[in-house]
This record gives sequence, C-alpha cells and structure tokens, in this order.
Amino acid sequence: MNNPASTGPKTVDIVNKTLEKRYAAERRFKLYGLTAVTIGIICVAILFISIVFKGYTAFWQTYLRLDIHFSEEIIAPDGERDAETLAEAEYQELIQESIFKLFPKVTDDEDRSKLLEIPSSSSSFILQRMVLNDPKLIGQKRTLWIPTSSDIDMLVKGYITRDLPEADRKVKNQTIAWVDQLVQQNRIEQHFNWNFFTKGDSREPELAGIGGAITGSFYTLLVTLILSFPIGVLAAIYLEEFAPVNIWTDIIEVNINNLAAVPSVVFGLLGLGMFINFFGMPRSAPVVGGLVLALVTLPTIIIASRAALKSIPPSIREAALGVGASKMQAILHHVIPLALPGMLTGAIIGMARALGETAPLLMIGMVAFIVDIPQGIFDPSAVLPVQIFLWADSPERGFVEKTSAAIIVLLAFLILMNLAAVILRKRFERRW
Amino acid sequence: MNASAGELTAEPEDFLATKKTVELSSYKVNGTVGDVTVTNPRMRAEQVNVWYGQKHAIKNVNLDIGHNEVLSMIGPSGCGKSTFLRCLNRMNDTIASCKVNGSIKLDGQDIYHRDMDPVALRVRVGMVFQKPNPFPKSIFENVAYGPRIHGLATDKASLAELVESSLKKAGLWDEVKDYLHQPGTGLSGGQQQRLCIARAIAVSPEIILMDEPCSALDPIATAKIEELIDELRENYSIAIVTHSMQQAARVSQRTAYFHLGDLVEVGDTSQIFTSPKHQLTEDYITGRFG
Ligand SMILES: Nc1ncnc2c1ncn2[C@@H]1O[C@H](COP(=O)(O)OP(=O)(O)O)[C@@H](O)[C@H]1O
Ligand SMILES: [Mg+2]
Repeated sequence: MNNPASTGPKTVDIVNKTLEKRYAAERRFKLYGLTAVTIGIICVAILFISIVFKGYTAFWQTYLRLDIHFSEEIIAPDGERDAETLAEAEYQELIQESIFKLFPKVTDDEDRSKLLEIPSSSSSFILQRMVLNDPKLIGQKRTLWIPTSSDIDMLVKGYITRDLPEADRKVKNQTIAWVDQLVQQNRIEQHFNWNFFTKGDSREPELAGIGGAITGSFYTLLVTLILSFPIGVLAAIYLEEFAPVNIWTDIIEVNINNLAAVPSVVFGLLGLGMFINFFGMPRSAPVVGGLVLALVTLPTIIIASRAALKSIPPSIREAALGVGASKMQAILHHVIPLALPGMLTGAIIGMARALGETAPLLMIGMVAFIVDIPQGIFDPSAVLPVQIFLWADSPERGFVEKTSAAIIVLLAFLILMNLAAVILRKRFERRW
Repeated sequence: MNASAGELTAEPEDFLATKKTVELSSYKVNGTVGDVTVTNPRMRAEQVNVWYGQKHAIKNVNLDIGHNEVLSMIGPSGCGKSTFLRCLNRMNDTIASCKVNGSIKLDGQDIYHRDMDPVALRVRVGMVFQKPNPFPKSIFENVAYGPRIHGLATDKASLAELVESSLKKAGLWDEVKDYLHQPGTGLSGGQQQRLCIARAIAVSPEIILMDEPCSALDPIATAKIEELIDELRENYSIAIVTHSMQQAARVSQRTAYFHLGDLVEVGDTSQIFTSPKHQLTEDYITGRFG
C-alpha cells in the first residue's frame, strides 16, 4: 500500500512510465503473430490455387460427335446374334467408316491411320458395349459423342502450344487442321467427365479415372475404422478409468505415445512381414491396407479418446456415484456420452490421416496397376494417394491434369473430414 | 462413548496472554471435548483414521449422527471435514491413495465391512457436493436418473410422480415445472444446487451429506437452501460441512469442530457458539484463525 506521507515517486507515475513500453511490446507481438498467420495463409493459398488451376480441366473431357452406322455386314455378316459373335465383331471398322466419311479427301493409308488417332482407342469398346446391351441397334444409325484421345483433349484444352516447331510437338500440323475443321463443324465439345469419377485406372489418360481408387480408399478406411475405433476407444476407456496405476500402465502409456510418432513406413513393413508373408493375406488388398492403417491410427485414437475422457470433470462421476450408480454405470451413462464427441473427433482426424497415408501402402504392394474397381475388401485395389503417386510418375501430358484433379478430390475429402471434426467439436463444446 | 477433555500441549498460557493470531500447527489435541455420542445414533464413527498416502488426514475421530438432526462440521480449510464426510458414504473409495480404518456403522452395520456394497450404501447415504453438479441432461432426467438405475419406479407415471415429489421436497417444483425438459445446467447456481438435492432425495436416502453446499451461492440462494435443510430434517439426518459459522449456527442442532485432522470439540450448536469449552474452538469462532 502506498503511504501518502512518503516522499518517493508515486506508484502511478512509475506505472505510467512503463505503460507505453508494455503496449508497444503487445503491438509487436500481435504483429509477429499476424505475419506468421499471413505467411501461412499465403502458402496454403498458393498451393491450392496452383493445384486447382492445373487440375480443374480434368473434370471436363473433349468429345467427338460421330455418326455411326451399326452396319450388319461389319458386325454380324451371317445374321447371327449370339453374344460371342457380337463381342468379337470389328467395331473399330464402324468408327473408321464414320471418320473417313467426314474426311473424304483423305485417302492415303498413312494419313488415314493418323485420322484414326483422333477418337479414343476405347471407342470400339463403347460401341461393343452398346451393341451387347441392345442387339437391336444393328442396322441402325446413331449420332454418338465419343471421347477423343488424350492428345486431342490436350490440344483442345490449349495445353499443346501451336507455335512450337512441328517436330517438337506431339500433335502434327495435319491433325491440328483436321481438329480445327471438326471444331468448326461443331463436332467437338467439352463434356463433364463423369468417367473420371466412375472408372478405374488406365494406361490411356482419357480413360483413367479415380473411381477404383476412391472405392479402394473407402474399403480400406472401412476396415481401418471398424478395427481402430472400437479397439482404440475400449483401450482408452480401460486405461483411463479402470487400469491400476503402476509401472506396467506407465510403460503402456509411454509406448502408445511412442507409437504415435513412429514413421508409418515402419507399420507398412510390419504389415508386409506379418499379414502378407506370415498370414498369407492377399497383396494390394484393402483388408491388408486397412489393417496396417488401423495400426497407424490406433495411437492417435487412443490418445484423443483418453484426452476426451480426462476432460470430463470428476464432479460428473461423483454426481453419478453419489446417487448410487456403480462405477460402470457412471462411466457408461455419463462419462462416455460426454466424451464421445471428442472420441469421434479423434477418430475422424485419424481417418483423415489414414486417407492421405501413402508410404505404408506402398510397402504392402498397393502400387500395382489395377484397372478393375474392387468389389470387396479382398480384391486388389488402388487407393487415392497411391493413385496420385502413380499418375505423378507417368510421362503422358494427360496425366498431369489428372494428378492435380485427383489431388483436388483428395483434399476435398480431407477438408470435409476435418470440417466434420471441427463442427462436432463446436457443436458439443461444453462449459462446465 | 465419552472422549476425555482435550488439552493444549503447546504454550497455552502464552497464547492466552497475547491473544494474537496464532500458528495453526502449534497446538496438539488430545481426544475430543464434549459428547460425541447421541442416544440411538443413525451413524456412528469410531476411531476413524484416514491417510492419503503418507498424509494422516483424519486422526482417531469418534462421532455420531442422530436421527432427524442436522450435524454441522466446521473448521479451518484443509482440516479434513470433506475427508471425514466422504468416508460416511465411501466416496473416498474412488481415491486410490486413500486408506480408511476404524469403524463407521450405519444402523449398527459396519459400512466398510465386505458385505456392505458401496453402491447400496450410497443409496442410503446420499450426497450433495460443494459445486452444483447437475448432469448435462434435462431437469427431469437429472432427478429420474437415480430411481431409474435402481428400478424404484415401475412405470412412467410413477417415475414422473417421484420426480415431482422430489422436486417439491427440494422446493424447486414451482420454479421448474414448466421447464422439466430443459437442461439442468441452464438453471441458476442456487436452483442447480436444489436440483442436486432433489436428485439426492429421489432415491429416498436415510442420510444426506452436504459438503459446503452454499459456498458457490449468493445470499438469497443460500437462505433458500438453509430453509430447505431445516425442512428436510423432518425426514432425514443431515451432515453438513460449512465454512460459514453463521450457517452452522442457523441450520444445525449439533456442531463438530475439526482442526488439522483432529475432532476438537462436539456439542450442541448453541453451546459451541456461546460457550466453547476448548481454546481452539473459541479461537476459531471468534475469528482468530480460519
Ligand atoms: N485426494 C487427495 N489426495 C491427497 N490429499 C488430499 C486429498 N484430498 C484431501 N487431501 C488432503 O487432506 C487434508 C484434508 O482435506 P479436506 O478434507 O479436503 O479438508 P477440508 O474439506 O476440511 O478443507 C488436506 O490437507 C488435503 O490436502
Ligand atoms: Mg472441503
């Protein structure tokens, strides 16, 4: 307390002197913080913008309008309609016929083979499937939109520079002229690329999709979630609520924290050695991927769940015990319901991590080139991040935009999952 | 049983002479002054000792709780009031380091005997805590929880009836009857504490333990709770820890004064506050420490 009789400087004067300095320090600190946040946001923005700009075109695909005559002479000259004949018919000839008709002046064989490079090499399969589905088509005429080959797609999207010397260019002058002619005839259009979401991988960029990888990731995460959530939550509940405090639980605690920091490749090696080599599980299958990722996410879920349980104030337990609930009832009726949002948040963050995890899956052979969409957890399949890894490695120009597009999809899923976690946390946030 | 009169073993004359604020720990207590027993006790604690690890928190305490009486426990903070109270319904079982010995009997039955289930015990000996701790559920669910887990109500109607009568006994019914399905945590502090009392009453305990139930409340809410305690005495025995001597004087019939783990003095409330027999009690109630 200040003695009014004392002659020394007044406290308030001393305080005032330092006040300006204190405010300056606060302003500086705020500035540093703001700078850090801004730099962070700029970096993230640059990353996002560059990926989106590289990738968004992959959501559209260039299509070529062809008038196809499903002529009986070509498909089934003997008038047969059995599946085998229809399956093995020369559909490529139907395409040839309709393309050559568009360019009657091109007669040279070599030029004609160049013409045939404009539609995707999958075109004949499209026709084959149509006929197999509906044999009545034979003899009829149809106007169809057929995907172009990736090179033409790139040309139309402007990724191929026309000023380059012809020798350095993938698409030659002649083809460019043809395409321009087709564009003038309104025979070339960009359509939304549903195939990108529904098809599996392919050697041809215009046919490759992430459908297989998304399905694979879904099955893998399903296995991961089914294993790691119940095990993680039960382990957390036991350790937090029931385990005696002794050296063993201390050792377990230290080990769980260590496991959370172990590089995920190590879990991949474990998966390879144990699940594939020892138990003989199939390579490249979601079940093994899920098992490995369950190991990766388990520590995260246990730690998050324990934190959630710890955050429930003891007064709630005491309240339950006070009216005669058993320990189990207090935990089951009060503690767990209150901790559940926290546990779910942990699980979602764990799943988001598992979704982006690549290294351990490479170890268990999930890098294989797989065209088919997996039908279950035992089918060989790709997963999204590994698909990105594979495409990023491909030399074709068409895979560059696919890679970025796949990254966009992966990021979208990650953002959705993290958003769900944030909403969950906000929604159930409690003040005691 | 009668405890022998306690004596101050450390420089009592000096203390009496100076009448200054005193060091708490400079006194030793031998036994308890006053009559710790009542005829026909509800609960009887004999030679109770409690340790938290190495710390001796309760030392040789003997104390009875009678029928239809309010027993208040006072004393400086950290002297073991809560610890002793929590022994009475074995709430201390949840603390791993806590060891209790001696005997505590409820209607002649040892509550620490292995035949006594702590869950069954806590139905008979309810508790109200220092900080109001309603479950983050509706008001109805808060009160209904106990009866529900014990199967006290056979159907929905009788459960609703039980909730209503408990809330009425806790003097909260009129204030909340239209908001039964609103969260209990939305009530004011005093209402929350009365909700906790209703929750305790709902399982029809025989004894209610209250650990500083008003320390987080304003004077008006406190007055309501005190009124309530007085009404509840008709049907229950109540042991209340309080740091407010006025409150002890207002609500209780008997008062026990604790000091550093010792039970220093027990007596009728009027006697404790008007003519304390022990020096420490006198120093405490006259505000020389606390
Ligand atoms: N859970 C515990 N673990 C260890 N020591 C405790 C614990 N609870 C209380 N104590 C100690 O026991 C003594 C009595 O505490 P308490 O009964 O809470 O006192 P009061 O309620 O009278 O203020 C204090 O010294 C306190 O530090
Ligand atoms: Mg206390």
